[in-house]
Amino acid sequence: MLNRYPLWKSLLILVGLALGGLYALPNLYPDDLAIQISGARSATVIDEQVLNGAVDALSQADINTKGVELTAKNVLIRVTDSETQLHAKAVLSDAMGEGYVTALNLAPTTPDWLTNLGAGPMKLGLDLRGGVHFLLEVDMVQAVSQRLDVYVSEVKALLRTEKLRYRAVTREADGSLRIKFMDAQVRDDARSKLKSDYGEFLMSAEDTDSAAYLLISLNESTVREIEDYAVNQNLTTLRNRVNELGVAEPLVQRQGRNRIVVQLPGVQDTAAAKRILGATANLEFRLEAKPGASRVTTEEFTFRSNPDRTAMLEKDLIISGTSVSNAQSNFDENGMPQVNIDLDSQGGKLMNRVTRNAVKRRMAVVFVEHKSRTRMVEVEGKLVEQRIPYVEKSIISLATIQTALGNSFRITGLDGAGEASELALLLRAGSLAAPIYFVEERTVGPSLGQENIDLGLTSVQIGLALVVIFMLAFYSVFGIIANVALAFNLLLVAAVMSLLGFTLSLPGIAGVVLTVGMAVDANVLIFSRIKEELRAGMAPQSAIHAGYERAFTTIFDANITTLLVAVILYAVGTGPVKGFAVTLSIGIITSMFTAIMVSRAMVNGVYGGKKLTDIKIWPLFMGAGK
Amino acid sequence: MSDIKIINFMAMRKIAGAMSIALVLGALVSLAVNQLQFGLDFTGGTLIEVGYEQAPSLVDVRLQLQGAGFDDAVVQNFGSEKDILVRLGQTFNDQVGEQVLSALQSAASSQVELRRSEYVGAQVGEELTEQGGMGLLLALAIVMIYVALRFQVKFSVGAVVALAHDVLIVLGIFSIFKLDFDLTVLAAILAVIGYSLNDTIVVSDRIRENFRKVRKGTTIEIINESLTQTLGRTLVTSITTILVLVALLIFGGELIHGFALALIIGVLVGTYSSIYVAANVLLLLGISKEDLIIPPKEEVIEGEGFEEGEGFEQDLEQP
Repeated sequence: MLNRYPLWKSLLILVGLALGGLYALPNLYPDDLAIQISGARSATVIDEQVLNGAVDALSQADINTKGVELTAKNVLIRVTDSETQLHAKAVLSDAMGEGYVTALNLAPTTPDWLTNLGAGPMKLGLDLRGGVHFLLEVDMVQAVSQRLDVYVSEVKALLRTEKLRYRAVTREADGSLRIKFMDAQVRDDARSKLKSDYGEFLMSAEDTDSAAYLLISLNESTVREIEDYAVNQNLTTLRNRVNELGVAEPLVQRQGRNRIVVQLPGVQDTAAAKRILGATANLEFRLEAKPGASRVTTEEFTFRSNPDRTAMLEKDLIISGTSVSNAQSNFDENGMPQVNIDLDSQGGKLMNRVTRNAVKRRMAVVFVEHKSRTRMVEVEGKLVEQRIPYVEKSIISLATIQTALGNSFRITGLDGAGEASELALLLRAGSLAAPIYFVEERTVGPSLGQENIDLGLTSVQIGLALVVIFMLAFYSVFGIIANVALAFNLLLVAAVMSLLGFTLSLPGIAGVVLTVGMAVDANVLIFSRIKEELRAGMAPQSAIHAGYERAFTTIFDANITTLLVAVILYAVGTGPVKGFAVTLSIGIITSMFTAIMVSRAMVNGVYGGKKLTDIKIWPLFMGAGK
Repeated sequence: MSDIKIINFMAMRKIAGAMSIALVLGALVSLAVNQLQFGLDFTGGTLIEVGYEQAPSLVDVRLQLQGAGFDDAVVQNFGSEKDILVRLGQTFNDQVGEQVLSALQSAASSQVELRRSEYVGAQVGEELTEQGGMGLLLALAIVMIYVALRFQVKFSVGAVVALAHDVLIVLGIFSIFKLDFDLTVLAAILAVIGYSLNDTIVVSDRIRENFRKVRKGTTIEIINESLTQTLGRTLVTSITTILVLVALLIFGGELIHGFALALIIGVLVGTYSSIYVAANVLLLLGISKEDLIIPPKEEVIEGEGFEEGEGFEQDLEQP
């Protein structure tokens, strides 16, 4: 029979809508204000004991909680109002001590049965909940150059042990190494030796009248590897630092080849956040120069704690801070503070090679800070931003080597526990593989976030109301059907966003608003087609059928092209544009389902299988009938 | 109401064509002379939005900032009189946000709250401009290919000319009125491409159908008939979209203002262009029945006088 859906199809649509409703449901439960306690280091165990400690501290301070819970990584304490939240945070950060991080958070109140189904509320973007967004750029030239620094020492050491006499090893401006030899024979020997030891070198020879040169650069895959390593290493370091900041749900993510995005929801003190994140430091381990050593091979450094004190160090470094895998402060057998340092295997090898010939000499740890000044420079009549990087190096420790060192060693003779933990912190935090620069920063205040939510909701509601009234006036009963389909469409957009974990932002809400306007288009196309067929004298049942059938290709073509554009938007866009593209794409796809299938099911339910002389598809203001 | 009079849209096509050309030329001239008022996202720089408890005088704020050494600060109201937007062209240093805030706070009689601060490096902005331009071109190219595959090359030329027309006019209006062109406006422009395309496709779809179905009539008559048939839908969809966009413009807040405005202009121009520009280009390219010739097998079906309807195709496909 015309315009009847088989039972299975109706059921399928019902199931689809029910699922949509189910997964959109968590968004109706408002979040609780909460305090989150997590470990300052990832190894810290969060258990019942921590939970009980927190609860005791709160009951002593007379703070009422709404609920406490223990998850794998943290303790969540819910409170009723924001004043209590602030008070409780202050109490808890005192009570829990330095090993734990307390942060303000919002806890979802999704009931358990929904959580078990994998449902949860939509995530809100920074523009809706307030917070800071940083874009950091990793200095790739520096990353490669730092690695070459290590190679210089290695190559020199190798040539010395092999008794291959070289005149000088210099760094070229393009990042390659140039080794000067007395004659071509030694150069070729060195070349074959280096070739067997260092597969990643690209080598070429160059002869002049007086000397033979060997040019060494790194192959492309090694450069890539160094870059990837630098970015990933920095990601890890930044994650650790963010963790120490105490932010509830931070995001630290690579973007493109050399950038890192850091988003800190709820953080308002950007200055503090930047100070900790942006400490773009590295370390160098160097031997102290022998007394009377040539000026050419030594360099003078000041001490970080006391700029008036200086020491002469060798120019060649043993290892850099990237080799440090861990550093911890504790006490030795005599109760004196010490710092235990672990190196990776490559670092351990290099450390051993150098220190076994340097027992009783002193080794310095140099703290290297990469800073930059920006200024505007006029180039070809245009003001261009120029970043002038500069490096500050200072000694944080100078200690006597007692025995040949390996993968694991310790620095003792420190002035106190404070100095030890500071040194350990610098050693750990200092392991940034390459300097980073802030290239973008956005802060959204908390009041603006809430205001954006309110504004977004208001415009969705008003826009929706206007469309609903218009459709009702223009298509009467069919208008109601289109409106219900539209409401289902919004429900499905919310469900898909929540289920797939997309973040809702202000431009995202704009995308939803636009979808409201455009989603009715499919129904409008169908209804105009039905009207046309009716005018052409077709019977109502056939007209409904023909309207849906014939409008389909048009709807399909029109939506696919819009979807293509939305996908391109998503691919090339960043931040706000992406958010808009996501909701627009989801809205288009779900609108195909609601406007074609769901509305058809409703039309079938109302009119299907009946004898009809007329259907209510005409504008209200024109009266019924043709 | 059973018979809708076919509107002779194409009678106006020369006037419409001249108007479109004039508008596009005007937009191009304005883009060349005035250029676009690129926002922070593209140029890089620093922007700080602060909220006062009582509306301050802009002149005072400017003086306070000059006193604090921010000579090139641009100060304006943002949304309401209590909200102030400060733009700094100067390069960024770590504390500029706090410096501006404390400079304003110390001089203000009431509480000043930092609502938003943004810093974008010049290089990031440059890349974004590049990406945005690439995105626009890519969108146009892909759309052209899709339409050429689904319809016919002449339709894809028509669609792309209509899109370029809409985008240029929206850009032109932003340039003439010196409206801020930021990332959300770029998103809106891309959405305009989607929307305008949607409209053009619906019209093209009907033109194609009528070319195949209607036996008599000149090309112009068929296009007029198609445009008349789709006019109701074109108007209704444009109205619903404009309704929600006006809601967004009025109630969506200052941050989304440029976005809503660009889309409203785009939807208006897009509605006009789907009627006049695409069809005009089709006529210029000399679209004819032969361009949309149906594969021979179906031609036979129609030749034998069957009406379109369900059930028939299956029978006829048997050898």
